[in-house]
Amino acid sequence: MNMKKGDWKNLGWGAALLAFAALLPLTGDGYLISLGVSIAMYVVLATSWALFSGPTHYISLATAAFFGVGTYVMGSGIEYISYWALLPIAGLIGGLIAALVGLATLRLSGVYFVIFTLGLAEMTRQAVTWYQNQTGHKGTYVLTDLTDPDIYWQLLVLAGLVFLLGWAIGRSKLGFALRIIGDDEDVARHVGINTALSKVALFVVSGATAAIVGAMIAPRFIYIEPATAFTPMLSFQVVIMALLGGTGRLWGPLVGVIPFTLLWEAISSSFPNQTTLLLGLSFLAIVYLLPGGFVGLYDRLKGRAARRSAMA
Amino acid sequence: MDILITGLILGGTYALIALGLNLQYGVSRIMNLANGEMLVIGAFAAFTLFTVGQVSPLLTIFLVAPLAYVLNWLIYRIMLRPLVKRAKNRGMLEVDAILTTFGLSFVMVGIMIWAFGGDYFSYSYLARPITIFGDNYGLNRVVAFGCAALLCAALYLWLNVSRAGMAIRAVSVSPENARLVGIDVPKLSARAFALGGAVTAVGGAVISTFLTLDASTGVMFTMKALIIVIMGGVGDVRGTILAALVLGVGETFVASVIDPGLTLVAAYALFILILLFRPQGFFGRKPT
Repeated sequence: MNMKKGDWKNLGWGAALLAFAALLPLTGDGYLISLGVSIAMYVVLATSWALFSGPTHYISLATAAFFGVGTYVMGSGIEYISYWALLPIAGLIGGLIAALVGLATLRLSGVYFVIFTLGLAEMTRQAVTWYQNQTGHKGTYVLTDLTDPDIYWQLLVLAGLVFLLGWAIGRSKLGFALRIIGDDEDVARHVGINTALSKVALFVVSGATAAIVGAMIAPRFIYIEPATAFTPMLSFQVVIMALLGGTGRLWGPLVGVIPFTLLWEAISSSFPNQTTLLLGLSFLAIVYLLPGGFVGLYDRLKGRAARRSAMA
Repeated sequence: MDILITGLILGGTYALIALGLNLQYGVSRIMNLANGEMLVIGAFAAFTLFTVGQVSPLLTIFLVAPLAYVLNWLIYRIMLRPLVKRAKNRGMLEVDAILTTFGLSFVMVGIMIWAFGGDYFSYSYLARPITIFGDNYGLNRVVAFGCAALLCAALYLWLNVSRAGMAIRAVSVSPENARLVGIDVPKLSARAFALGGAVTAVGGAVISTFLTLDASTGVMFTMKALIIVIMGGVGDVRGTILAALVLGVGETFVASVIDPGLTLVAAYALFILILLFRPQGFFGRKPT
């Protein structure tokens, strides 16, 4: 890989931001740290979601399913294997499921994919509940000595890795292929891109990441049952955050996550029954007011400024 | 036998809901993910009128249908038409439509929870047993099936015999060519979308006679309707009805033989088989 000067600068900025974010637990404020964990979690989920859905325009609602699978891998394995070994195992299993789902649905049009992923979390939840009823135990405990700051730092490391991966993919042949697929799939096929394989590859990345996040968050739940691990809301939140920020840039989802998480926290603490309404209105706002998200807005404003300075 | 009949009865009501969605997707090309909420609204109307005024759900239908028609027409004109206009290609419209109708579905659920609370609602209508081939079934289920069958048949005939039905089928086959023979495609799309919504709302009123629902169950029905539409083939009435019956029987089989908590898993198993082996639907032809 040949690195330009600008690339080093971006990398430097990214590392500095990450290091700055890592200082948060030093404040010792429990609420802030807990908020930080949520934000870090959503940053990882939304960014890895956008890695796949941004260029391909396939809307995946499977985040909750992969997240839940990861949580359950941690929950059922923690008695036998160490925590650190379970993280990659969760990723592996999440990736495997993503590959199977992707192979079955990504050859077809986007609508099929949305519908399939929409029900995936609910279906997995039903299957897990059934299995637990068969074997006779209801939930599992995840007892570790990890504290919120530990989870926060782990998530930050994962976020760093996801950004690095996204950046590498963006520069690779695969990233180029995906952008062509997003523009016109027929063209992509004609120039010899294996469209199905490229899409599946990226979907596996986002599925594996979500599963690892689920595994990392599991110690926070302490007691895991299907209803807490597979919350369909999670998928929608991630989609909204990513689209609100904009999927056109790697940093897009990041600027969507922070305001939306704060808004979500505020609404769910004072009007807990209105979160569904908020979700709905956010979807509509994105489509009608902010197509392209904050990134799109920023690009439009920059374009306008550039035109103005060119005229002057 | 027991499973078969219960399944067919369930499938009959599914068919009605899925036909509504199929009209919307097949003709106006909008994948309406708020379809299930329209069903819940229909069910809510039947429930309210029955508990407040003892109005039979079978009469409520005649009130629900026109109201749902108008509501859906407005939704199409105000919210979806601008998206159709701004979309540069089919893919863009698809993404926009998915996000918008999702948003709409959440807004409707939010409003219903706000207005009526999140409780389950059900009422007892015609809850008498009736004997068919030596087994007992709820009369309300049988009546609901009869209603659904009647409406499906009427819709099928109307689409195949009447002039308006032919125009609708023409648009669903090829919107570009329909314009060439003097069909006002935007107007017809709005009407088909409205009609689809009305059919689904009626299905909701019918289904509320024997199922317990709450404000947020809509998405389950949306999912099932979507699976049925894909199984049966987009824009294909016969396929939709057959697929609905297959799903009804399949679900009932899994629920009574293995576990009632696994109905969605059963639906998904069918869905995967279809996606892998016949992605064009039961009666669809392979794309060339």
